[in-house]
Amino acid sequence: METLEQLKARIEAAAPGVRVEIVPNGNPANPASLLVDGGHARAAAAFLRDDPALAFDYASNVTGVDWPERTVRERIKVKRMAGGVEREVEEVCERKTPAYLEAVYHLYSMSRKDGPLILRLRTENRTDRVSLPSLTPVWRSCEFQEREIFDLYGIVFEGHPDLRRILMWPEFADHPMRKDYAEPDDYEYEPTPHDAVLARARGHYPGGTQP
Amino acid sequence: MNGAGIIKGLVETARNFAGSYHDRERLTTVQYPEETLPPVENARTLPFLVYDGGDAMAGLRCTACMICEKECPPQCIYIIKDQARKPDYMGKMQLQPKVFDIDMSVCMSCGICVEVCPFDAIKMDQVFELSTDDRFAGLLFDNEKLARPNEYFRQLHKTEASEVDARREEEKRKAAAKAAAKPPLPGGVK
Amino acid sequence: MSARFSPPELAGTDFEHPLLEVSLGPHHPSTHGVFRMDAALDGETVVKLKPVFGYLHRNHEKIAEKCSYLGSMPFTDRLDYMCSLTNNWGYALAVEKLTGLAVPERAEYIRVILGELTRLINHSAVVGFLLQDMGAMGTPLMYAFREREKILDLFESLTGARMMCNYMRFGGCRCDLPPGWIGQARGVAAKFPLFLDEFEALLTGNEILKARTEGVGVLTPELAVNAGVTGPMLRASGVNYDIRKVDAYGVYGRMDFRVPLGERGDVFDRYMIRILEMRESLKILDQALRDIPDGPILNLNAKLRNLRPKPGEAYGRIEGPKGELGFYLISDGGPNPYRYRVRPPSLINLTVLEDMCLGQTIADAVVILGSVDIVLGEVDR
Repeated sequence: METLEQLKARIEAAAPGVRVEIVPNGNPANPASLLVDGGHARAAAAFLRDDPALAFDYASNVTGVDWPERTVRERIKVKRMAGGVEREVEEVCERKTPAYLEAVYHLYSMSRKDGPLILRLRTENRTDRVSLPSLTPVWRSCEFQEREIFDLYGIVFEGHPDLRRILMWPEFADHPMRKDYAEPDDYEYEPTPHDAVLARARGHYPGGTQP
Repeated sequence: MNGAGIIKGLVETARNFAGSYHDRERLTTVQYPEETLPPVENARTLPFLVYDGGDAMAGLRCTACMICEKECPPQCIYIIKDQARKPDYMGKMQLQPKVFDIDMSVCMSCGICVEVCPFDAIKMDQVFELSTDDRFAGLLFDNEKLARPNEYFRQLHKTEASEVDARREEEKRKAAAKAAAKPPLPGGVK
Repeated sequence: MSARFSPPELAGTDFEHPLLEVSLGPHHPSTHGVFRMDAALDGETVVKLKPVFGYLHRNHEKIAEKCSYLGSMPFTDRLDYMCSLTNNWGYALAVEKLTGLAVPERAEYIRVILGELTRLINHSAVVGFLLQDMGAMGTPLMYAFREREKILDLFESLTGARMMCNYMRFGGCRCDLPPGWIGQARGVAAKFPLFLDEFEALLTGNEILKARTEGVGVLTPELAVNAGVTGPMLRASGVNYDIRKVDAYGVYGRMDFRVPLGERGDVFDRYMIRILEMRESLKILDQALRDIPDGPILNLNAKLRNLRPKPGEAYGRIEGPKGELGFYLISDGGPNPYRYRVRPPSLINLTVLEDMCLGQTIADAVVILGSVDIVLGEVDR
């Protein structure tokens, strides 16, 4: 398989206007991924599938990931004026990481027996702008998996032939796999409670839960 | 000939039917509960606590280290430590559990509590005839119900128990040899 | 397609050609678990068929975010509950890719032996259930189960449990083979071909089986590849893609075996592929049982508790008996995974269920579902 830099150049040539970025993997022994922007993702996907040298005809796995906003404290060097002299000092800066939902596609080539190419698509935020183009017209295997991401994370896939809930029942209102999902607090008896469950059990059984 | 496949299949069925009269391989039904299958040494169903000696509560090997409670995947173990300490097999004073509950209706018999216990205090039992008519408390086992003697452990899992016993004996022997070899401190204080 | 029957009193109304909507509901003996198919029938012919599931959804992926890496291992047993050891293997492979742990050789051979034994029990049960769905009233099923019991006894004497084995660990296996186990396994592997010969004598030439399965539920190779179908269903359509050959994970690179391929992609091909794969598995078993070396069964650097892989991600996949079983893990450096995803082969194979059933009768839809080989624990997680 070609390197990610070569792939990035070829995708940019084949689908003009696309923005492709290489996202490194924290563990360098495992493959890095390509971040593609939502507007041109379908054109890039069609190129990857139809190009005879690449022939990524098999979308193996489509995953949803929730990245809520986190506050990261970093020590960075900044230049400060002190007593008329400009010096570099280390300061602790707080910054907020961007919040988004992500869809990760693992692509393989059955005809060329080739290894994984990982595509990432990110939404703009986690609240109102949560739509991404559906890649089901390119690879039919994304059909049920994108429905599952819609069900459990809330990403709306545009162009999906049948986008409705797949695992939860149709009247269900929340998205269970999100990090801020609050589990419903209805259980009848908790004999061996721990931590958060113990705190909730104390609220339900003020006399204590032990028989 | 049309129908040859079906006749060939019927010959197979007849062979199994006739064979079940004289071949144990063909008739494999065990008439439970009058007959039971022989126990398998490594089999595991639910956990139990091991104690040494005669008194269950005083001889419990468990030191309430909370590792099994933390590692249990369905979180079915509930331990409250006791402030009083008791000596273990080496003579060192250890904590003990005041409350040690396992909810057997939640336990999934994975055996991770047994793998992570550093004191060989919790082991897997092989009982499965535990039906009860009390849905909640009938399957909540406490210290007393969970405790079994070391002889029971040896009877269930022969190889594992003899290895554990041999290791503990070795540690006791080494500690005794070390204590005997140390010269006595002046003033008669050890 | 049958001629559309229309009651004369409805001629010219909106109800002229009524379609019968049937829900092969979740409570059904032939749906392999709590699975529902909403079918619209024209007489007996299927016009539309939508699979509905989620009745066994336990949100396994969220439970894994609360458990440690080791704590998720017993939950993977319960995904595809017929093949717990291959589920364990897939998860262990993914974590080993994430952490970079190497697996000692003896453990790799044990994994191959248990993986192929799992393939044997899965395929014999699937063929048994397929025949059960066709109305063979339990005879092939019980013959298959009688043979399965011997393999389940092997699992019990090694791992402690017949089905929920929880045996693979990150960097190897949980405990070593007890004395005499290899001899017992060799005995089971020696008797299995005789069972397969009897099974084939009972089934393969059977005219009723042929009439009900040949030409039924045809899946073209192009659609199979595009829809992400893997496993025996893909190979029955003629596509040569077996992850044991492509990725050569474990010690499969040293094993000599063939990959059976089908010609027409119908139900009969899928049944035949499973029988042939069982024969190939026996070949692999013989080689592994002969060549297994002595040595440690767990990497010395493997940690049971408090495993904290460095931040990163990994995707580990194996050729499970049902297809490609993949585990995608994202670690953020903590003791629990940040994202844990199971790629379920049964769910993805169901994408083409409607395509295979259109134009066939409703009785064929049950047979086609039986040949897809789904287990709801894996479809719903």
